[in-house]
Amino acid sequence: MAQTSSDPRKTPLYDLHVEMAGKMVDFAGWLMPVNYAAGVAAEHKQCREKAALFDVSHMGQVELHGENAAAKLETLVPSSLTTLPTGKARYTFFTNPQGGIMDDLIVANGGDYLFVVVNASMRDQDIKHMRSLDLEVIENDDALIAIQGPSAEAIIAAYAPVAATLKFMETTVTYLGGTMCRISRLGYTGEDGYEISIPTSHVEKITRALLEHPDLELAGLGARDSLRLEAGLCLYGNDIDNDTSPVEANLVWAMQKARREAGGFPGAERIQRELAEGPSRRLVGIKPDGRAPARRGVEVADSDGNIIGAITSGGFGPTFGGPISMGYVAAEFSAVGTAVNLLIRGKSMPATIIKLPFIKQNYKR
Amino acid sequence: MATYYSEEHEWIDVDGNTATLGITKHAADALGEVVFVELKEAGDTFDKDDEIGVVESVKAASELYAPLAGEVLEANATLESDPGSVNEDPEGNAWFYKIKLEDVTDLENLMDETAYKAFIA
Repeated sequence: MAQTSSDPRKTPLYDLHVEMAGKMVDFAGWLMPVNYAAGVAAEHKQCREKAALFDVSHMGQVELHGENAAAKLETLVPSSLTTLPTGKARYTFFTNPQGGIMDDLIVANGGDYLFVVVNASMRDQDIKHMRSLDLEVIENDDALIAIQGPSAEAIIAAYAPVAATLKFMETTVTYLGGTMCRISRLGYTGEDGYEISIPTSHVEKITRALLEHPDLELAGLGARDSLRLEAGLCLYGNDIDNDTSPVEANLVWAMQKARREAGGFPGAERIQRELAEGPSRRLVGIKPDGRAPARRGVEVADSDGNIIGAITSGGFGPTFGGPISMGYVAAEFSAVGTAVNLLIRGKSMPATIIKLPFIKQNYKR
Repeated sequence: MATYYSEEHEWIDVDGNTATLGITKHAADALGEVVFVELKEAGDTFDKDDEIGVVESVKAASELYAPLAGEVLEANATLESDPGSVNEDPEGNAWFYKIKLEDVTDLENLMDETAYKAFIA
């Protein structure tokens, strides 16, 4: 549905966010909570230690119906979708003809259709892009909540026992407290957890019931960002965009070998060349040696002061316990352990290239 | 000793032509968990509205602007080793600077406690 005014939209959980003292901001055209009363660091730790509930209803949920939907969607992405079994989800991205990334997304095989989740900010572009396929593209206006953290399984299984039997990147449709929902075991925090599509009319009731669990608290976009950064997960528009290729962004793992070799996706020429010859720059983890966080836009220099790259995401990692950043550096400086300098507010601060993720991921494989 | 407040949410405890400067509890609460503070050094001078420090929370980086002109007599080194103290005791132990005021009449442009309370209400 087209947006007819410039007023930001509200998710079905807006009233709950306000009631819980959510600090609401306009994010990609939606009024979303940055944090609640506990604050970003406490919400971050809540997710790592117990469980946190995020409203991610601003993300675009789309169903693709029609013959050979997987084969058709494969023409827009460099990942294998025809081999994706029913009940499995896969991370992929739309590539442009120049081999850059138009958006990243999750595709799930729902049996007789594909279920796709895209970024809120890219929703309109992506839907238009998928409408170029000979498929029925149905926008789903369900709410979407994420329950993430070591206690997530116990919390969800109390309402939907089958959730406990799902493994990482598996998805199913089941009853959750009497309401039919899609439950997928995945997320954007580095923790075990679920994303659950819930009919708009029922989401507030279900969310309030889930929040009665002593291990579950609401968390906002601030914690979502610090959690994904520690987990080394890319944010579209920051770490990946229309100029960055999947090879540069270390996303080769998401392009299955058969597709990488056969090509036949937008931008295959650049992507296959970079796979063969190596990219000229790479996305790396960068740890400032001192305490000053290096945020997006900070330039990276070599020991002689030559600019070799820039930070794309950065801040403070509450679980890591210090400043952490991701950014692109020239390939010759991308090896783990390489010493670099960060130009923060006119000063050169030492930093080291380190392995991503910054924390151990706790997926239920 | 009198305490003044700026619209940038700084407090200034004045004693003659010297003063102690910090950020208010209101500002510290709004910033959230402070993880890094960068300060100027003793001997540095500044004009009104100059950037005199950076306070970073988990959320974002915020600049600190001088509410009046002066000179840094001492920067609170504790803030660099324990930035979280800004959240715990912003109007006490977590002061930012001892400063020498260039012109005490600059204080007339600042608010007293009653006016500041109304300002943030």
